[in-house]
Formats: sequence, C-alpha cells, structure tokens
Amino acid sequence: MDTTGMVLLWVLGVLALVGGVLVFTLNSMARVTFALLGSLVCVGGVVAVLRLPYLGVVIVLMMVMEMVIMAVFMIAYMMNPAGLMPMSMLHNKRGSLVVSGLVFAALVAGIFLVPWPDRTGARPRDTTFQVGMSLMGDQMLTMVTLGFVLLATMVGATVLATHRGRYDRFGDDLDQRPANDPADGGVGR
Amino acid sequence: MAETGTWWALLVAPAMLLGFAAAALAADAALDARNAGRPITVSTVVRPFLAVPRAVLAQPRRLPASDRLLWRAGVITVPVAAVLSTLVIPFGDHVVADLSVGVVWFNAMEVLTWAGLWLAGWGPNAAFSLVGGYRFLAQGLAYELPLMFALISAATGAQSLRVTDIAGAQHGLWYAVWMPFAFVVYLAGVLAFSFLGPFAYPAGRDVAEGVLGETSGVDRLLLEAGRWLWLAAGAAMAVPLFLGGGAGPGLPPWAWSLVKTLLVLAALVWTLRRLPMVRADRYVELAWVVLLPLSVLQTLVPALTDLSL
Repeated sequence: MDTTGMVLLWVLGVLALVGGVLVFTLNSMARVTFALLGSLVCVGGVVAVLRLPYLGVVIVLMMVMEMVIMAVFMIAYMMNPAGLMPMSMLHNKRGSLVVSGLVFAALVAGIFLVPWPDRTGARPRDTTFQVGMSLMGDQMLTMVTLGFVLLATMVGATVLATHRGRYDRFGDDLDQRPANDPADGGVGR
Repeated sequence: MAETGTWWALLVAPAMLLGFAAAALAADAALDARNAGRPITVSTVVRPFLAVPRAVLAQPRRLPASDRLLWRAGVITVPVAAVLSTLVIPFGDHVVADLSVGVVWFNAMEVLTWAGLWLAGWGPNAAFSLVGGYRFLAQGLAYELPLMFALISAATGAQSLRVTDIAGAQHGLWYAVWMPFAFVVYLAGVLAFSFLGPFAYPAGRDVAEGVLGETSGVDRLLLEAGRWLWLAAGAAMAVPLFLGGGAGPGLPPWAWSLVKTLLVLAALVWTLRRLPMVRADRYVELAWVVLLPLSVLQTLVPALTDLSL
C-alpha cells in the first residue's frame, strides 16, 4: 500500500474510533445516532482503502439508510421521555465494563493467535468480481437459504406485531371491498 | 475510452452541474409565467435568482434550543452530496473519477440526502420541520428500492458497475428503449430524491414547507440549491445509464451529452408541474405493491439476455 493509502487508513481508523467514543459520551439521541453513522462511514472508507471498493461504498450506502431509520426508532422507543431529552447510552455500567473488557481482550488475543494466511497468487484487478464469485458461486445455496430465512423472519415479525388481520380488513366473510383500513393505501386494495 | 482525472475537471463538473440546475430553475420560472398568462421575458427568467443575494444578505433566524450542529450538517449534506454524485457521471468522453463501482457511488451519495434532510428537519427543534424530515424518510422507503432495481437493471445489462462501461455497452440500442420501465422508475426516483413536484411532500405547503420552513438565509439557499442540483445530477446520470451516453451521429460526444441532459432535464421540469403532490403513505403502497415487483421483473430482462448471450 502506498503512503496516501496508509495515511487515509490511519485517519479513517482514528475517526471511526472517535465516532465510537462519541456514541457513549454525547447526551442527545440524534447526535449519538449520527456519531455512530460517522463511525460506520469511516469503516466503509477503511474497507474501500483496503481495495474492496464495492464493499466499502455499499457499507456507506447501507449504513446511512439503516442509521437514519434507526434514529427514528431510537427516538421513538428508547429512553424516557422518548429520546428527546438529554440521556446517556451507558447502562449497567459495571457489568457492561466487564463484558466489553473481556470481548476486547478476546478480539486482541485473536489478532495475535490466529495464523493469518500469506498471500498466494497475484492481487486481482477487480475485487468486486471476486467478492461476487465467492458469495454467489460456491455459496449460492447458503445465500439463497439466508435470503429466504431473512425474508420469512421479517414477514413473520410483521405479522406477529400487527394487531389487525385480514378479518379486520375484509370483514367476517372476507367480502368487504374496499378494505377497512385506518389509513388508505395508494392502490385501493 | 473515457478520459479521467485532469485537475480542472474537479472544478468544471460542479460548475456544469450548477449551470444545469440554473437552467432548470429558469425553465421552471418561465413555465410559471406562461401558466399565469404573463409574458416570458428576461426578467421572468432571472427573477428566481434574485433570491440568491437576498438569502445571502438575510439575517439568520434563531430558534430556541435548536441543535445547530446537526442542522448545519444536514443542510450542507444535501447540495454537497449532489455535487459528489457527479464525480462518476461521464460527460461526452470526460469523467472526473471513473470508479469501478460508479453506480453504487451515485446511489450512496443519493442516500446521503436521507440523512441530510432528516437532520435538516430535526435540527431547528420545530414540529413542522420535524414532520418534513420524517416525511422524506417515509418517501425514501417508497422510492428507494424501485430506484435501486432500475440502477441494477442498467448495470446488469452492461455487466458492469462502471458508468462509462454502461454508457459504452449501449451501442445502437439504448437501455431506455428495451428497459423502459426501469427508465421511468429511475426518472420518478430523480423527482423523489430532489423532493420536487409530485414528491414535494417533505416540503409541502400543508406543513408550512416542512424541512424548508424554519431555514433562512444561506441555510435556505443551500437546501433549495440542493433540490435543483439533485434534479440536474439525476438528469445527467440518466444519459449514461439509459440514453447511450455521448454516443450519436454527427456531433461530438460532449455535444450529445449536453443535448440529452438538457432534454431529460426539460422533461423532468415539465413533469414536475403536471403531477399533483402525492402523499408518502399512498406512494409507499404503490411502490411496494406495483412498482417493486415490476422492477424485479424488469431486472430479469437484462439478466436473462446476459445468460443467453
């Protein structure tokens, strides 16, 4: 890696850590969420600098969407009163200090204990293609299964969470049209 | 094929984007005048730009307990993301940065608008702004997935995420011709992420202009500029994605890019005045029940074509 890459890597790495620290020191739910977003965007940058441009940019893309939606739910559901007042992200301080200390120690130990493989062969020109092949080639069955499991989880969770079923919408004989919905939809189902 | 990376391109690309955005705004003002039965003169077209010095000189509005850091960050993010998105858009055979993942870059920059507008709504500590910010997220959840599949359709057709490859892969037959649905969904997405016309819901009059309502001075200028810059960026991106880029008979590539971008921009400006504003709760059902399945089917067309070749 050239000098620019190294400098970028360090700057982004430090910024990601700073964002992580801010998550636990700021006192506003909105600021905490966007500090975490900043941290994750820096992680995306790190991945891009490590010559995985697709994964790097996709991390940025996904994390922005996810954290913005997360902000909505964090402010709506977390804390009392409702994430609008000054708050702290620290709870169960002693217990969480022990847990996080242990996890950190395990991860650092992992860095030194894992026998990292040496590079074999030449560096591929387009890593996007390699990522796609390794995900969708040999692991196609895993990906398809995972996709269905994720979709089933989402549909199942939504069905369990909603208190209205089709009999509420379409009446006892399921023949009521249009459906009796609290808010009209766009296509008049 | 595409020339990249001369330093002056970094200056020219934002300047051109600004020029396209200004042209769109001027065309909008001209159509306004025509609809009102006023004569279209130079002053009608120039009038909206008088808001620029007015905004720069205006005294900023201060609000109690606003989160100025987040507000400022959000307001700046919208136009800056629009400018950054143009890095990967080829103009003729010039492009600032010919990234191998250009389509994803454009998409990521567009999604930054979500964060920017939510922050712009949250920052002022005012109910209507906040409603506007949340409205954009609801709208985002509706338009984003069909838009992503429209982008994926073009990328699948060219088997590349590099925007210049996509433009180059359309020799003879534009993607707009054999992927018309993806093209239409993409254009609807452009109107949606520039929250103009039918998608002006986050800044609707019913919530006192929502995200824009509490902004004043330069903040207001940046958000309004962000809207038109995004419209221009979306129109410019439509050319390499669906209209063959700079390819065309007779004229040089830059001229074809210019003509095509202006035509797309004109179509968008015309459309945004013709359609009524749609509420996000209505559009989200249309998007998920009708547009999304059709977008997936549209993506299947280039995918099957790739397999059969």
